Amino acid sequence: MAKATFRIWRGDADGGELRDYTTEVSEGMVVLDAVLQIQADEANDLAVRWNCKAGKCGSCSAEVNGVPKLMCMTRLNELPLEKPVTLHPMKAFPLVKDLVTDVSWNFEIKKRIKPFKPRPPDAEDGTWRMAQSDVDRVMEFRKCVECFLCQDVCHVLREHQLFDGFIGPRFLVHVAALEMHPLDTENRLEALRTDQGIGYCNITKCCTNVCPENITITDNAIIPLKERVVDEAYDPLRRFFRKMTGGR
Amino acid sequence: MSEHQIHEHDVLIIGAGGAGLRAAIAASAEGATVGVVCKSLLGKAHTVMAEGGVAAAIGNVDDRDNWRVHFADTMRGGQYLNNWRMAELHAKEAPDTVRELEAWGALFDRTDDGRILQRNFGGHAYPRLAHVGDRTGLEMIRTLQDYGVHQGMDVHMECTVITLLEDGERVVGALAYDREKGHLKVFHAKAVVLATGGIGKAFKITSNSWEYTGDGHTLAYDAGAELIDMEFIQFHPTGMMWPPSVRGILVTEGVRGEGGVLRNANGHRFMFDDIPPLYVSSTADSEDEGWRYTQGDRDARRPPELLTRDHVARCIVREIKEGRGSPHGGVFLDISWIKERMPKAAEHIKKKLPSMYHQFKRLADLDITEQPMEVGPTTHYVMGGVRVDADTQMSTVPGLFAAGECAAGLHGANRLGGNSLSDLLVFGNRAGVHAARFAKERGAGTINDAQVEEAGRATLAPFERVGGEGPYQIQNALQDMMQDQVGIVRTGEDMQRALDGIQQLRDRAQRVSVNGNRVYNPGWHTALDLHSLLTVAEAVARSAITRKESRGAHFREDHPEKDESEGNLNTVITKHPDGSMALTREPKREMPAELRAIIEEMK
Ligand SMILES: Cc1cc2nc3c(=O)[nH]c(=O)nc-3n(C[C@H](O)[C@H](O)[C@H](O)COP(=O)(O)OP(=O)(O)OC[C@H]3O[C@@H](n4cnc5c(N)ncnc54)[C@H](O)[C@@H]3O)c2cc1C
Ligand code: SF4
Ligand code: SF4
Ligand code: FES
Repeated sequence: MAKATFRIWRGDADGGELRDYTTEVSEGMVVLDAVLQIQADEANDLAVRWNCKAGKCGSCSAEVNGVPKLMCMTRLNELPLEKPVTLHPMKAFPLVKDLVTDVSWNFEIKKRIKPFKPRPPDAEDGTWRMAQSDVDRVMEFRKCVECFLCQDVCHVLREHQLFDGFIGPRFLVHVAALEMHPLDTENRLEALRTDQGIGYCNITKCCTNVCPENITITDNAIIPLKERVVDEAYDPLRRFFRKMTGGR
Repeated sequence: MSEHQIHEHDVLIIGAGGAGLRAAIAASAEGATVGVVCKSLLGKAHTVMAEGGVAAAIGNVDDRDNWRVHFADTMRGGQYLNNWRMAELHAKEAPDTVRELEAWGALFDRTDDGRILQRNFGGHAYPRLAHVGDRTGLEMIRTLQDYGVHQGMDVHMECTVITLLEDGERVVGALAYDREKGHLKVFHAKAVVLATGGIGKAFKITSNSWEYTGDGHTLAYDAGAELIDMEFIQFHPTGMMWPPSVRGILVTEGVRGEGGVLRNANGHRFMFDDIPPLYVSSTADSEDEGWRYTQGDRDARRPPELLTRDHVARCIVREIKEGRGSPHGGVFLDISWIKERMPKAAEHIKKKLPSMYHQFKRLADLDITEQPMEVGPTTHYVMGGVRVDADTQMSTVPGLFAAGECAAGLHGANRLGGNSLSDLLVFGNRAGVHAARFAKERGAGTINDAQVEEAGRATLAPFERVGGEGPYQIQNALQDMMQDQVGIVRTGEDMQRALDGIQQLRDRAQRVSVNGNRVYNPGWHTALDLHSLLTVAEAVARSAITRKESRGAHFREDHPEKDESEGNLNTVITKHPDGSMALTREPKREMPAELRAIIEEMK
């Protein structure tokens, strides 16, 4: 059987190194398979997160040959196996160990975003009526598996470390999902402009390029939010109108 | 106890899937302080993977549906071994709990008049599953998570409970370790809710993740609680077969709900060949009728692909065994054929089954709108679990509650698709409410320091042994053995051998050693999981040996027929004072006349 070498970051916050592991590869294997095989055979304490093995849980984020990816959805036959495959943990977040990083900041940020607040029910029985097209409009944002790869790649966080002033593309998507939810009545625009720092985003689209769920983060979520923020500041009526008509 | 951090909560919830989060929300609403612990990050529990939908007799698509039909369907699917009171509560309360999700921000697909859309699924008489494409679980867990964190619960992520702490008969907390640092944590609570999910990792081919090692089952058993129905493991008929690395990953039943058909290597649609007597009157007798059913024709009956999972899985095994399987040892599941019946079929498939499309495209280089998929049975769900009171979800141990997949009773001998997500909502809610009330009434108990010290020592023991076997070898050996000897087709002889094998693996597990340090060490974690895996494996094997008949998901080649004298009994597992596993049989509780009448009427 064919073999391939994986050059995996081993270490913790105090330091570490890239170490080579050679393992057997077979048809259809993904990077995560190889990592789990190495873990079971020769490196029992190799730290890695995973759950679903099918791109649904967003646990297995790492940098494969420098590119942020879900390891369970990255096929080996898409990589040049004649040289070692390099695996790094996400660089934007503090390292815990090996391929595992401390992503708890993301969970704290989410708590600070104002939650869903629905309009009063439409029907006597306490339920709402919505058209499928209204639902479809936000569906894209709700596919997010919280892999945080977009956060990892965004230069505002990765290079400039503005964790205190910017919520990152993942949470701009989250705010977009709430703001464009057909039933929502909350206003999150002032916070977006101030604490959440939407202004730091300069539309490089790096986040969109890595999203494994193919969410068009920049064009569909961030740009419309930026427009709303501007409307809110200069023309509150227009913003009210947009919200009522569900327009982006 | 110097080294341990201590956390105090009125209610401690172990597990952050649908059941745990729903319980946490309910307990907070009752005024309790709540702590939630989970092995992974928040939002990554199994519930996130659920695809097809959540079953609730809302009646939006077919107004003939109501709780009585849902109740009868659930009981029939479970071959009447279900706890009828749970089946009744579930059918009655599921609609409100689904509507409540919408009030918390969940978005389901819609009917033309703007209400929640429902789809067909196996064993459900009418379109009943509220869904969002094929990512219903993600919508559900995210909604509960995002709503829940604003209700004031403390979440301890990547924290694994190892032992429940007892004060006399009562459970008063838990000892856990956090992965990030490897530190031990003591949780002191007035009531504890188990919501730990299933046991699929005891088998080799499974749709379940590393988390499903039967921890809740084992924690409860070790604390003196009863487990019931452990012989009933659901093998989902359609898992991926190829390539080898994805074997077992789930292909949602929604594919068949949308018109997908099963064929063998000869192109024959074999599901028409064998239709069980209980279902003859409700099954289509032509391909055309079956198709019309999937497209919402109210007068048509369901195609045989939508019979219950136990039956479909066995038909697939038969085709494979008799040499009519697909190249990689499965059968073919084809949704692409619907292009013969509708325009723009490819778009339709991508819209209705987006994640299935994506999954096959990415992982198998296969376009499901063009080609059939290869599928075969995969270990999916455990019907058995912690025995609970139907109304309160309290186990047989005071202060210990259980909900969701780790609890038993609702599904009997076989679960209907979609009935798990609704189970989580209905009984997660009940468990949370009653745990909070128990906490209020009973106040705090006392933690026994000696128990903490001893459990703490046992937890660290694998580091002290040197040169022993690694944990993964033992885990793999167990998975292979359970797959072969206690799998989908069982015999008394095989299972007896498996019991011996489990004993040998237990001895090996005693000598396991791990390397590295305590910080985020999966080898250590796997070593600690072995106790749970071996305990549930033994419970399954012992229960299955005792049930000398075939019923629902439990199929005995040496006893292939149903036996009504057995069908009246539930299997109960407890821990004997000497530490061995004890098994008894108990007659089912008599069903009240009014529920019996519903079942008769719907036959
Ligand atoms: C691929 C797939 C698709 C499915 N599709 C459907 C569907 O369409 N409809 C349907 O009704 N059902 C479906 N099911 C079944 C359903 O998803 C599960 O039964 C259900 O989600 C289980 O929920 P739960 O809350 O009981 O447990 P889970 O969601 O599994 O959560 C268990 C939690 O317990 C935690 N835990 C476990 N052990 C410990 C421990 N020792 N210490 C601390 N925490 C612990 C875990 O970390 C996790 O947070 C599907 C299952 C799978 C695998
Ligand atoms: S588009 Fe904005 S959010 Fe996305 S990576 Fe670039 S700067 Fe960051
Ligand atoms: S938006 Fe995309 S990349 Fe970002 S967390 Fe969600 S799924 Fe991941
Ligand atoms: S393991 Fe779930 S996304 Fe990779």
